[in-house]
Amino acid sequence: MKDKLFIGLSALAMLVILAMLALILGNIFWFGKDRLSWEFISASPRVGMTEGGIFPAIFGTVALVFLMTIAVMPAGVMTAIYLEEYARADSKMVHIVQQAVANLAGVPSIVFGLFGLGFFVNFVGRGVDGLFFGGELNYGQPAILWASATLALLTLPVVIVTTSEALRAVPREIKEGGLALGATRLQNLWRIIIPSALPGILTGGILAVSRGAGEVAPIMFTGAAYFLPYLPTSPNDQFMELGYHVYVMATQSPDVEATKPILYSTVLVLLALTFLLNLLAIYLRARLRKRFAEGR
Amino acid sequence: MEVMGEEVETLDKLPQIRLDTPARPESLPAEKEKIRIEDFSFWYGKTKALDGITSRVYQNRITAYIGPSGCGKSTFLRCLNRMNDLIPHTRWEGRIFLDEEEISRPSLDLTALRRQVGMVFQKSNPFPKTIFENVAFGLRIAGEGNLPKLSAAVEESLKQAALWEEVKDKLERSALALSGGQQQRLCIARALAVRPEVILLDEPCSQLDPISTAKIEELLLDLKSRYTIVLVTHNMQQAARVSDFSGFFLLGQLVEFDDTRKLFTTPSDKRTEDYITGRFG
Ligand SMILES: Nc1ncnc2c1ncn2[C@@H]1O[C@H](COP(=O)(O)OP(=O)(O)OP(=O)(O)O)[C@@H](O)[C@H]1O
Ligand SMILES: [Mg+2]
Repeated sequence: MKDKLFIGLSALAMLVILAMLALILGNIFWFGKDRLSWEFISASPRVGMTEGGIFPAIFGTVALVFLMTIAVMPAGVMTAIYLEEYARADSKMVHIVQQAVANLAGVPSIVFGLFGLGFFVNFVGRGVDGLFFGGELNYGQPAILWASATLALLTLPVVIVTTSEALRAVPREIKEGGLALGATRLQNLWRIIIPSALPGILTGGILAVSRGAGEVAPIMFTGAAYFLPYLPTSPNDQFMELGYHVYVMATQSPDVEATKPILYSTVLVLLALTFLLNLLAIYLRARLRKRFAEGR
Repeated sequence: MEVMGEEVETLDKLPQIRLDTPARPESLPAEKEKIRIEDFSFWYGKTKALDGITSRVYQNRITAYIGPSGCGKSTFLRCLNRMNDLIPHTRWEGRIFLDEEEISRPSLDLTALRRQVGMVFQKSNPFPKTIFENVAFGLRIAGEGNLPKLSAAVEESLKQAALWEEVKDKLERSALALSGGQQQRLCIARALAVRPEVILLDEPCSQLDPISTAKIEELLLDLKSRYTIVLVTHNMQQAARVSDFSGFFLLGQLVEFDDTRKLFTTPSDKRTEDYITGRFG
C-alpha cells in the first residue's frame, strides 16, 4: 500500500516536470517559429533590433564556446591527471585542491563575471598593454578572449570532476598491466590510461559546453557587446552572444514589445545551437567508444 | 563439437600428479639459481605482510607458491617485479637478486626490470585495443616501430601462448571480445612478446573453467624450456601437477620450500602437512 503511494507520487512528480518542460519548449517553439527564416539566422539586426537577423550573435556564441573549450579542456584534464595519477592520494595538497574545486562549482556565475573583469580585463589585459603596447589600450578592455577565459574558469570544476571520475574508472588491473610490461608512467598514461578514459573525459567536455553556452552573467562585463556592426576577428574584439542578446532585447531595448517575436526566435536558436553542440560532442564520443570497442 | 573433442583430448594429455615417479636424484644442488630471495620482509604501512622470506627460483623450472588466502603470496610475487612500488607507504628489508643483480635496491631501473620479469595477473587484463596491439604493446613502448618485426613477434608470441590458431584471422578485432580463457592466454602472449627471462603468474586460472585451466597448465609446461616461471596458486593440485619446486606460505612466512614431490609427499613441517591434507582452513 505504502509502496503504491510512493510510486504514484514519484510518477506524479515526473509528470509535472515533463509537463513543465513541454510547456516551456512548446511555448518557445510556438511563438518563435514564425520569425525563423534564412534571413533571421544569416543577417545582422536592423532598426533597433526589431528587424533583421541574429547572425553576429550566433557566430559570437559559437566562437565563444569554441575558445572556452580550447582553454578549459587542457587545463581541466591536466589538473585531473595530476590529482589522480601523480599526486599521492593522501596528501594535504590534493585534499585542498579538491575542496577548492568543489567550492568553485558552487560560486554564482555573476561572481565569475566580476572576477573576470577584475582579473582578466583589468589586471592581465592592462598588464599586457603596459608591457607590450606601451600602455595603449588593446587587451585591457572587455574582449572575446577574456569572456572565454572567464567561462573556462566557470566550467573548470565540471571538467576536473568528470575527468577524475573517468580516470578513476580505469581498472587498476589495466593500469598495472601496462607498467608490468615495462611502460614508464608517462607511456602508461598516454597509451593506456587516457585512451581508456577518453569517452569519460569527453563527457566532461560535453557538460562544460552545455553549462557554458547559455551563461550570460560571466560574459556581461568581460566581452559581450550590446550591438556590433562587425564580427569579432581578433581575440581582443568584443562580440555579440545569443544569451546576452536575449537579455538585452528583453530589458534594454527602446521598444521591448516590438522585439518580442525576435526574442522568442532567438531563444529558440540558442536552444537549438546548444543542442547541436551537444549532439556534436556526443557523436564524437560515440565514435571514439566504437573505436575503442574495436581496438586501436 | 569438434572444438570440444579437441579440448577434452588436451585434458587427457595433461600430466597427472606425478607422485609415483621417482624423485629427481639430488636435484636441488644441480639447479641453476635464477632468483635469490634473502631474508626478505615487507610492510604495508604498519602491517607486516612478509616475514623473513628466504627462497630460490631455479632457471627453466616452474616454482609454485601455495598457501591460504591473505598469507602474502601476491605480495611476494609483486616484490619480484617491484609492482608494490606503486602502493604508497610500503617498505621492505632484506634483498632479492636476479642472477647476480640486486633488484630490491631503491635506485633500480624498474622498466628494465619489468621487461626482464614479466607478469600475468589473476584477473585477465587485456587493454581495450586490438589483439594485435595488445601483444605488440610491450615492444612498441620499447621503441620498436617496424611493422614486419612487430608482426613476426606477435605471431611467435601467440603461437607460444597456444592462441595463434584461434585468433590468427581476427588480429584486428578487440581483445575484449575473446573468452576468459583466451584473454588470459593473450595476457601470457603479451608478457612473452617482450622476451622476458622470468614470468610471474598470480593465480592465472582462478577465474577459468577446467578446460581453459588445463590449456594454461599445459602451456606452462611447454614454456619452461625457454622461461623461468613463478606461479602463485590457491590450487594445490595445480601446484602438484605443474611445478618442480613448491613453497608453502602461512601468515607471511615461508613455512617450507622444497622439491614439489617431496613437499607434497613427505612435508617436513606439520603445518604444511595439515594444509595439503586439507586439515587446515
Ligand atoms: N595494498 C595493500 N595495502 C595494505 N595491505 C595489503 C595490501 N595488499 C595486501 N595487503 C595485506 O597483506 C596481506 C597479504 O596479502 P596478499 O594479497 O599478498 O595475500 P595472498 O596470499 O595473495 O591472498 P589471496 O590468496 O587471497 O590472493 C593481507 O593481510 C592483506 O590484507
Ligand atoms: Mg593474491
